[in-house]
Amino acid sequence: MIAEIGLAALWLAAALAALQLFAGALALKQGEGAEGNEDGHFAQLVRPAAITQALLAALAFVMLLWCFAITDLSVKLVVTNSHSMKPMLYKLTGTWGNHEGSMLLWVAVMALSGGLIAWLERRLPVRTMLATLATQGFVALGFYAFLILSSNPFERLPVPAPEGQGLNPLLQDIGLALHPPTLYIGYVGLSVAFSFALGALLTRQVTPEFARVMRPWVLGAWVFLTLGITAGSYWAYYELGWGGYWFWDPVENASLMPWLAATALLHSTSVLAARDALRTWTIMLGVVAFSMSMLGTFLVRSGVLTSVHAFAVDPERGSFILVLLALYIGGALTIFALRAHSISEGKRFAVSSRESALVFNNVMLSAILGVVLLGTLYPLLTEAFDVRVSVGPPYFNPVSAIFAVPMFLVMAVGPLLRWREDKPARVQIQLIVVSSAILGVLALVAVLGDYSLLATIGLALAVGLAIAAFLPLRGRRLTRVPLATWGMVLAHFGVAISLFGMASESAFTKERLAAMVAGESVSVADWQITLDGVDPIAGPNWTAMEARISASRGSAEPVAVTPQARTFWAPFQATSESALLTRWDGQLYAVLGDSAGVDAEGMQRWQVRVWWKPFVTFIWYGGLLISLGGALAIIGRLSADLKRRKAARRGAERRNEARALAAEMKEELV
Amino acid sequence: MRWTLWIPLALFLFFLGVAGYQLTQPKDDTIPSQMVEKPLPEFELPAAVETMPGASRGDFIGGKPKLLNIWASWCLPCIAEAKQLEVLEKQGVEIIGIAIRDKPADVATFLERYGNPYTRIGADDISQLMLDLGASGVPETYVIDAQGTITYQHIGDIRLEHIPLLLEKLEEAAQ
Repeated sequence: MIAEIGLAALWLAAALAALQLFAGALALKQGEGAEGNEDGHFAQLVRPAAITQALLAALAFVMLLWCFAITDLSVKLVVTNSHSMKPMLYKLTGTWGNHEGSMLLWVAVMALSGGLIAWLERRLPVRTMLATLATQGFVALGFYAFLILSSNPFERLPVPAPEGQGLNPLLQDIGLALHPPTLYIGYVGLSVAFSFALGALLTRQVTPEFARVMRPWVLGAWVFLTLGITAGSYWAYYELGWGGYWFWDPVENASLMPWLAATALLHSTSVLAARDALRTWTIMLGVVAFSMSMLGTFLVRSGVLTSVHAFAVDPERGSFILVLLALYIGGALTIFALRAHSISEGKRFAVSSRESALVFNNVMLSAILGVVLLGTLYPLLTEAFDVRVSVGPPYFNPVSAIFAVPMFLVMAVGPLLRWREDKPARVQIQLIVVSSAILGVLALVAVLGDYSLLATIGLALAVGLAIAAFLPLRGRRLTRVPLATWGMVLAHFGVAISLFGMASESAFTKERLAAMVAGESVSVADWQITLDGVDPIAGPNWTAMEARISASRGSAEPVAVTPQARTFWAPFQATSESALLTRWDGQLYAVLGDSAGVDAEGMQRWQVRVWWKPFVTFIWYGGLLISLGGALAIIGRLSADLKRRKAARRGAERRNEARALAAEMKEELV
Repeated sequence: MRWTLWIPLALFLFFLGVAGYQLTQPKDDTIPSQMVEKPLPEFELPAAVETMPGASRGDFIGGKPKLLNIWASWCLPCIAEAKQLEVLEKQGVEIIGIAIRDKPADVATFLERYGNPYTRIGADDISQLMLDLGASGVPETYVIDAQGTITYQHIGDIRLEHIPLLLEKLEEAAQ
């Protein structure tokens, strides 16, 4: 019964999305809303449809959660992805640990944000709002169709199964509980930005007000994407046991590309909001950002590219998503090509100005996006000519660095410049400070040792950026600095921190692979690693060999770390649980490998792999700082906007009162 | 003239075309060996079963082109393939087998049950030759010409429809 309620809710939500689309479109066609009210026959239907649709989609998702919580083994999705013996937390997270459930989560979040806009957003012109909500309905409709027609999460089995097949053990981890939902919220946020962009394009209302309305959604999407990528990267780092944090896998790229586009969009939206410039460019980025999330979905779920993340893939689903892609992206780009020239260009600005710096970095970000996109799709292209290639770090790292290095340089200077026009001479002291920091670190690293060029440049830029991030605060009363500016400072500082972590990891990591018997010691960097023993242990749905290792540094007390080689039995799979020892200046990373035969005295030997990664944690601290900066910016912008609105309303009220008073007095006089 | 506005759409349509074409293509997960058209690596393997000789690189030199068949008694597709190997043998093709990680008793049972198309069978107990050949699994079949060069790799079991192709490749290797 629960599954049927869910399915019915899903159908109804789809019907309402259709209503939202057609009512919105007809209202626009009939010219409703031109006087600034929503009283037209069709116009008045749009907002309630969106809100009800949100409630129904949420209901459908809750029903699926329920099926997973009680392990309803007559539902096919539960049987293929869950198991009655699994801990409750992983039963629930299993809801989105598969294709169908994650798509349902996606549309539920999408419907909720659509409902939120319909309920609260009243700043835009009525016709733009109608176009936005109609677009939102159109996008949602495609996803509902995809769910219901080709990936029904509520499908029943003719005969209930006696037991579920379990969830992939790699996914039975708290990282998974958080990583996909955050990414989906990010993707969905971009779909809202897409709807706003199209709404503005259709009604030719690309104004600073539109940018201000769209900005919290872009910022929100960007914050969640940053969090999602950070969490995903850390999850891959400790769960896969390969010691790396980014592998340029197609699916990782699929999350990075929307992030790059969203970063560019975020900055161009700021220019549009503050200076009424970059209109067409902002619209274009709005379309591109969501296109990248759709493209990511297509790559992950169609199986056209080989990846470690492969969902249970199915060419039919691939074709379906490709049709949706053609419809939405193709449609949006066509409208863009037809309409964009009718949007006037917006305000001009000088070469040396904050706008210019932002434009330059926008172009650099787009170039990096192009580099990643090309690298990701290149295998797809060559396969059409029967040539198999795989594109990896040797391409991505240096080629994206070509654009990233100038971008970081400009990023250090840009926030110091004034809008519209500025003289570089005004900020020469700051420029000297930053460039001497960069050159100093370059020289220092070159003297210290022979490190790779990219790592050296990375370290220097990181230090320069970290200093530059705080320079916009110079000479200002800190208590009066707006929250949004603090957000920018923190986010930029986070980029510096992250960059420092990456460069340090790549330059200074020490690695040791040894076959050890119990009692043996090896050293890596300044750590002394002793294998005390290896014992079998058992967990709720796995058994493991656990190594007891004591690690000591200098004369400090040894600390116990326990990497495991786990074997899950439902489904059968071996995973490696790395053991991490976090210090302020880095992380010790230990992995237990296979047994490596016996030594001369008949003692069992084990493969143990140990890394010392200086400052590697900074990569993720940086990610968190960036997200925090974004969150502060949202709060700052929203509260400033509300305050301005309130002031404007009070001003209007006061004027009205004064007028009424004056009229009264006049009457009395008469 | 704002023709530049159409560029994004054009790029996207190009992507749609490629992706759409790729979706309709059957997914081929096989990885061809980089050793094709290169000389067969040097090897010398002991006999996999007492009644037959082992195999070495020298056995492929001279005479007609031969087939090198990677198989194992524990491999199910190898059973399916056995009939086709017999057909090839009847056509006068010399097949040298390499048994991967196998036991002599199991090899003997397999040959008794499913036929013996081989002239020699080498025992590759640690998959060394498999790695040297760049084989991605069991079974696989290679065409080796009289100079000891690998001219063709067949991945997976040999089905009935593959026989003419293999005969043709052997013919080509003979020239």
